[in-house]
Amino acid sequence: MSSTAELLRTPLYDWHAANGGRLVDFAGWAMPVQYRSIVEEHNATRQRVGLFDVSHMGRLTVQGAAAEMWLDGLATRRAAGTPVGRVRYSLICNESGGVLDDILFTRVTENRFDLVVNASNRAKLLDWFAEHAMADADLIDRTEATAMIAVQGPGAVEMVASLADADVASIRYYRSGEANIAGAPCVVSRTGYTGEDGFELIANANQAEAIWKALINLGAAACGLASRDTLRLEAGMPLYGHELRERLNPLHAGLGFAVDFEDADGGRRTFVGSDALLKAREDGSVARRVGLRVEGKRPPREEYRVLVDGRPCGVVTSGTHSPTLGYPIAMAYIEPELTQEGTRVAIDIRGTETPAMVVPLPFYKRS
Amino acid sequence: MNPESLLFAKTHEWVAVAETGGEKVATIGISKHAVEALTDLVFIELPKVGRSVDAEESFCEVESVKAVSDVYSPVTGEVVEVNEPLADQLEVLSDDPYGKGWIAKVKITDETSLAGLMDYEAYEKMCAEEA
Repeated sequence: MSSTAELLRTPLYDWHAANGGRLVDFAGWAMPVQYRSIVEEHNATRQRVGLFDVSHMGRLTVQGAAAEMWLDGLATRRAAGTPVGRVRYSLICNESGGVLDDILFTRVTENRFDLVVNASNRAKLLDWFAEHAMADADLIDRTEATAMIAVQGPGAVEMVASLADADVASIRYYRSGEANIAGAPCVVSRTGYTGEDGFELIANANQAEAIWKALINLGAAACGLASRDTLRLEAGMPLYGHELRERLNPLHAGLGFAVDFEDADGGRRTFVGSDALLKAREDGSVARRVGLRVEGKRPPREEYRVLVDGRPCGVVTSGTHSPTLGYPIAMAYIEPELTQEGTRVAIDIRGTETPAMVVPLPFYKRS
Repeated sequence: MNPESLLFAKTHEWVAVAETGGEKVATIGISKHAVEALTDLVFIELPKVGRSVDAEESFCEVESVKAVSDVYSPVTGEVVEVNEPLADQLEVLSDDPYGKGWIAKVKITDETSLAGLMDYEAYEKMCAEEA
């Protein structure tokens, strides 16, 4: 195992190290992959409340009179006209329509948007945004000055509300507000990456531990990146570097909902990559993202081949044992004519052809 | 089995050698450290009885929720018995790694690899340094 001494540390690093967090290098950060059992952490989130340090994710702010216009020219989702307090999932694409990153943006004020980007893509996006700089749209990287904590699970809203000085429970899905949580000023967003209800909190770095400990004291279970991965996989959510890559476009990734080709008036909307994506929309020959339910007990892993009659027809991008469902699941890119639900395929699991079936995403949906 | 009486490979397998009728048979499993590091085991691909295996060759795969891990034979020889019930009761591997959680028995055909194994004390020291 490589040394984690040279890595960036989140404001919660000391807590993780003191509380059994198994720390690994994740995109240049020392992050807890798990504290105890992945399955226990996973189940705690599905059944009660799971707590995730996601401070490694990039937090950027763009502000100024041109902030809206600037973001609208780069994001696949309409930034123009987005109401204050609304959070949107979007892609940032290159000219060929390839995904540079998937992000969340929030309209904080008329002239300010906050972005959350993947840790692994922060440097690349900062370069990209600098290349596409615009007067009166100033970009600030607030990643290291702030912390981000995800509180997820059926009890998450009630738990955060009990520590808040404002009515956070009335913040609706994919909307954002502000409140003091355990005395610390936070941006409170009704978002997450687990398929559960809950919040993501952004606070000043020096107040992260107070918030974290207050939630732990109320019974939230500290969860690492490993259970975050099994949770998001069950929820059918793509992960950059796996389901999303620079060579893939959002339409074939099944993320058409996050691409607005039209502006609010129904006119043609242009953003970096829009021409290429319009062409991609017509191209039916490209592999697409699907969910696979796998027989037996053996989980398929990334890069395992998908086969039909022994012929390679796709590749697994993420796979695991689903703790909630009790069987192995995977996401894969397969040939478009095989994407119909119920299609039988096989996965080459280290030399063993294992039967699998195309199933709808998400695998798990909270009731 | 008392772990202090076992030999250990640096890849976290344990070995107990028994001699019957002039033949040495190694019972092989994986250490408590390994089981704890893997956590959340979901699948084991046991070796086939009758296969020949070289020391330090992968002859078994254990899958956890997180990843697939190879189990390496600490000895050279022929697999003469495997712990079939493990396939359906992986929790035995976690609950009793030095006893009911044994994985395979290998009839040793070349004893040289035994010399490279550690005793319990040396193994514990290695694990402490890795942590």
